[in-house]
Amino acid sequence: MTRLAFLWDTFLQLLAGVPVTLSLVAVSVALGGLLALALTGIRRASRLGEWAVSAYVFALRGSPLLIQIFLIYYGFGQIGWIRSSFLWPFLREPWWCAITALALNTAAYQAEVLRGGLNAVPKGAVEAARVCGMGRAMAFRRIVLPIAIRQALPAYTSEVVIMVKATSLASIITLFEITGIAHSIVSETFRAFEVLSIAGLIYLAINFTLTRAFRRLEIRLTPQSRGRPTDRPVSKA
Amino acid sequence: MSKLARLAIAVVAVLPLAAAPALAKEWTTIKVATEAAFPPFNSATPDGKVVGFEPDLLVEICSRAKLTCETVIQEWKGIIPGLLAGKYDAIMSGMSVTPKRQEVIDFSIPYTNSPSTYAVLKGSPLIAALGEPKRVMLPEEAAAKASTAADAKALAGKLLAVQTATIQADFAKTYMPDVKTRVYETTQEEDLDLKAGRIDAIFASASSLVATLEQSNGEIVLAGPKYYGGLLGIGSAFGIQKDQPELKAKLDAAIASCIADGTVKRLAEKWFHVDTTPRP
Repeated sequence: MTRLAFLWDTFLQLLAGVPVTLSLVAVSVALGGLLALALTGIRRASRLGEWAVSAYVFALRGSPLLIQIFLIYYGFGQIGWIRSSFLWPFLREPWWCAITALALNTAAYQAEVLRGGLNAVPKGAVEAARVCGMGRAMAFRRIVLPIAIRQALPAYTSEVVIMVKATSLASIITLFEITGIAHSIVSETFRAFEVLSIAGLIYLAINFTLTRAFRRLEIRLTPQSRGRPTDRPVSKA
Repeated sequence: MSKLARLAIAVVAVLPLAAAPALAKEWTTIKVATEAAFPPFNSATPDGKVVGFEPDLLVEICSRAKLTCETVIQEWKGIIPGLLAGKYDAIMSGMSVTPKRQEVIDFSIPYTNSPSTYAVLKGSPLIAALGEPKRVMLPEEAAAKASTAADAKALAGKLLAVQTATIQADFAKTYMPDVKTRVYETTQEEDLDLKAGRIDAIFASASSLVATLEQSNGEIVLAGPKYYGGLLGIGSAFGIQKDQPELKAKLDAAIASCIADGTVKRLAEKWFHVDTTPRP
């Protein structure tokens, strides 16, 4: 096989792993986001909640994701009562083990990102909302959360990009996402340089698209950054 | 392309051909590479000695070929590139003869040919479903087809584990395309998942399953037919650089002598508990 044909063939084989990678990112970031919201709620509810969530964040953020994946996949698999519990149909599957580890992990980071965003909400805005007659819940939903999310968006983008790369760790629990497929091609062809370069480029392309999309969202959510209407060129109408 | 570049390429392409006769030498000492991490073929003891089926056989082969052999430990991934770079003269590391490898290196005649078979948990219904441990030769197409079809039926709805980039993975893909398989990097991970119940059976070389069985304290047992030949290859052999007829002849003669007088059988039974002597 010529070099170019080999590269093209490798590229096509690696593309087959893209849906697996994207499904891991999408599902774990979404579940992790919900969990992060719940954690933030618990954190703001009481002192004990604040302490418990901080401990969770400390444990999940302070230990390697690789070890968390191993613990969930091989660790739980060795405990008898987990194998006979209702959880086993999920934990038996490598995909769900990866999702569990990635979601628990990103929840810790996203809770921190959200905390930063919430801290950045100006006190005056909250007071103004209250003065207008909004209840606590409504003020949180309409004023605090939108401002917090907007503030947190750049950090949140980084977290999603990191998650895209983190899914490569799922290859160690038999999932054939991009990196898993790359490893198996290398062990068949002994051509590590070409194969891993292409895999790296695919990750770059995914993350390029993601960061562009988030950048657009950021601009949309921050109308003031677009400049005043008079600065804009006259539209076709 | 410039004329100079063409000339350079021509010279580089012809050089090895011109140099080959000059390299034809009388072999007295050779360096042999092993992974030393593939028991019971080869493994390293804590004090750095390499033990196993292959080191024992190498002693016999070298004395019969009148060669002084020196063992070099080399990680598996780099073992073929290292041979091509001339860091050692031969590889003896449980390496099966495959067409892909034959594109880059030459092989001696095989010194061991282990069948490929299944491992399941003790008490698994698959033991009965997969049937007797009969010998099945893949080149005998009718028998091979009947046997693999029966296996595929037994494994319907089950999950079969194979190791990545192995002849056994090719076998599962070719003969049992409808059986769901999961691909693992190492045999240790397969063993853990078989015990955890994530997979129902492992398909691997019988001689590497020996280690699995021994570590499982009787929890894991062999099951079903033993497959030989065809796409599963002709066995493990020395890997040597291309165009080394003198070295190949020496190794081939010594291996043939070890097979003929039963040395291979004796060592195989010692290390694998099963006779893996290659049959023509």
